[in-house]
Amino acid sequence: MTTLLIAEHDHASLKDVTNKALTAAAQLGAPVDVLVAGENARGAADAAAKLNGVAKVLLADDPAYAHDLAEPLAALIRSLAPGYDAFVAPATSRFKNVMPRVAALLDVMQISEIIKVVAPDTFERPIYAGNAIQTVKSRDAKKVITVRSSTFAATGEGGNAPVEAVASAADPGLSSFVGERVARNNRPELASARIIVSGGRGMRSSANFTKYIEPLADKLGAGVGASRAAVDSGFAPNDWQVGQTGKVVAPELYIAIGISGAIQHLAGMKDSKVIVAINKDADAPIFQVADYGLVADLYEAVPELTEQLGKLGR
Amino acid sequence: MKILVPVKRVVDFNVQIRVKSDGSGVDTAKAKMSMNPFDEIAIEEALRLQEAGKASEVVLVSIGPAQAAETIRTGLSMGADRGILVRSEAPVEPLAVAKILRAVVEEEGPGLIILGKQAIDDDSNQTGQMLAGLLGWAQATFASKLEVDGAYFKVTREVDGGLQTVRLKAPAIVTTDLRLNEPRYASLPNIMKAKKKPIVERAAELYGVDLAPRLEVLRTTEPPGRKAGVKVKDVAELVSRLRNEAGVI
Repeated sequence: MTTLLIAEHDHASLKDVTNKALTAAAQLGAPVDVLVAGENARGAADAAAKLNGVAKVLLADDPAYAHDLAEPLAALIRSLAPGYDAFVAPATSRFKNVMPRVAALLDVMQISEIIKVVAPDTFERPIYAGNAIQTVKSRDAKKVITVRSSTFAATGEGGNAPVEAVASAADPGLSSFVGERVARNNRPELASARIIVSGGRGMRSSANFTKYIEPLADKLGAGVGASRAAVDSGFAPNDWQVGQTGKVVAPELYIAIGISGAIQHLAGMKDSKVIVAINKDADAPIFQVADYGLVADLYEAVPELTEQLGKLGR
Repeated sequence: MKILVPVKRVVDFNVQIRVKSDGSGVDTAKAKMSMNPFDEIAIEEALRLQEAGKASEVVLVSIGPAQAAETIRTGLSMGADRGILVRSEAPVEPLAVAKILRAVVEEEGPGLIILGKQAIDDDSNQTGQMLAGLLGWAQATFASKLEVDGAYFKVTREVDGGLQTVRLKAPAIVTTDLRLNEPRYASLPNIMKAKKKPIVERAAELYGVDLAPRLEVLRTTEPPGRKAGVKVKDVAELVSRLRNEAGVI
């Protein structure tokens, strides 16, 4: 039978996490269809059609899917369920919200945030903030799976799958969209950034993020992250949080500044290829996972780093 | 309006867990246990609504072994009114938990259910959404603000790009994120009072829910370790190594 991958997108275009989740979906060994549910989402559907190995793209274009409301999207996926054996989505906030609802509607126990496909019914997933890895075998006839996309390579383009319109499901009308506050800047998103510069409690203020972290990030073309302590203290917005309960990232280079390295933070970044830590406390746990540690006052070291990178033509 | 708050007993968030060497699981025998931190936030929010006159009663429910009564008692010390302990010695998966909670909801008739967004042991992040699906109720996960607005709830959610605000028809399900509130500490008089508050105990089997796990745990292992690298002496050495050794800048 077939696997249905539910795409993450911004309606006009597809997000990179979808390409990564497709790699996991393809490893289930069945043909993969992609569902794009959105409003005026033809652009995202056309992008999905170009991904290698996609059998077909289903486009559900309806205002009901404009704002990530869980109830109508879950109803749509359920309406498509008879044709599919497995439902796969990247573990973004949208699908962390909707997929367990789908699983309950199908009477399936979801497998959350898989990091490896061992067999079509067997998966590895982290528990205890990544301090243990469980291998689980699903006994359910249908599988509902979310994918920790940072651990899968992105599937490339080269395909030419057909795009078919699918009917919307009846909207249960339980919730409505009121508004959103979404940061708009030119920095890469954390989920797909090649380099991430993160600040912690040591930053002491939101102004210091602006003064020290952001210029370094912009010099490197990096995304900006933060520890929970920094977000809780109001130094940085919630969508910057990296960790067990925030975003899990695995960039090529992760620069942790003024971050002590609580296990909840390490859970979100320890799969990064190269980790740099700058902290004045030589005993901070972050140094136990850092490839390069610099024990220094960040208020001197960070501007110097930004300046030296500038001299290198960054 | 009655508020139902499900709570879970988990290994304390400060404990560094140990994976058993035979791959059979995580050694929790001697670990300090506490209430899941997101559930404390859920109780705090329910109590604030009660104190603001928006809720009549705050009822806690926990599914777990006898010791989960201690977890309920912790919540009663914070100020919740009474508790329900659904006894199960074996771990219960989120789907079965949601099914038991559905039965509790049918008995109790709450207008709002507040849950933690995830438990810090299995990191599943499922129960609230599953319960909403089973009940056919509206859901708002990862809440950082919750307001009662007549027969509706207005909830601000933490999402990947920032914040989203939605309006839910009551009855509804809300799951908590970290910044919804800062839970109170139980005061000594409230700890004394909580000792007299009722906790009803029921066997999980009484709810007629199939508790057999759908996911068979084949093994539990340590994640691949990461070794500490080198300390560099200054910024110049850092830049040089990142450029020439690691090749990442």
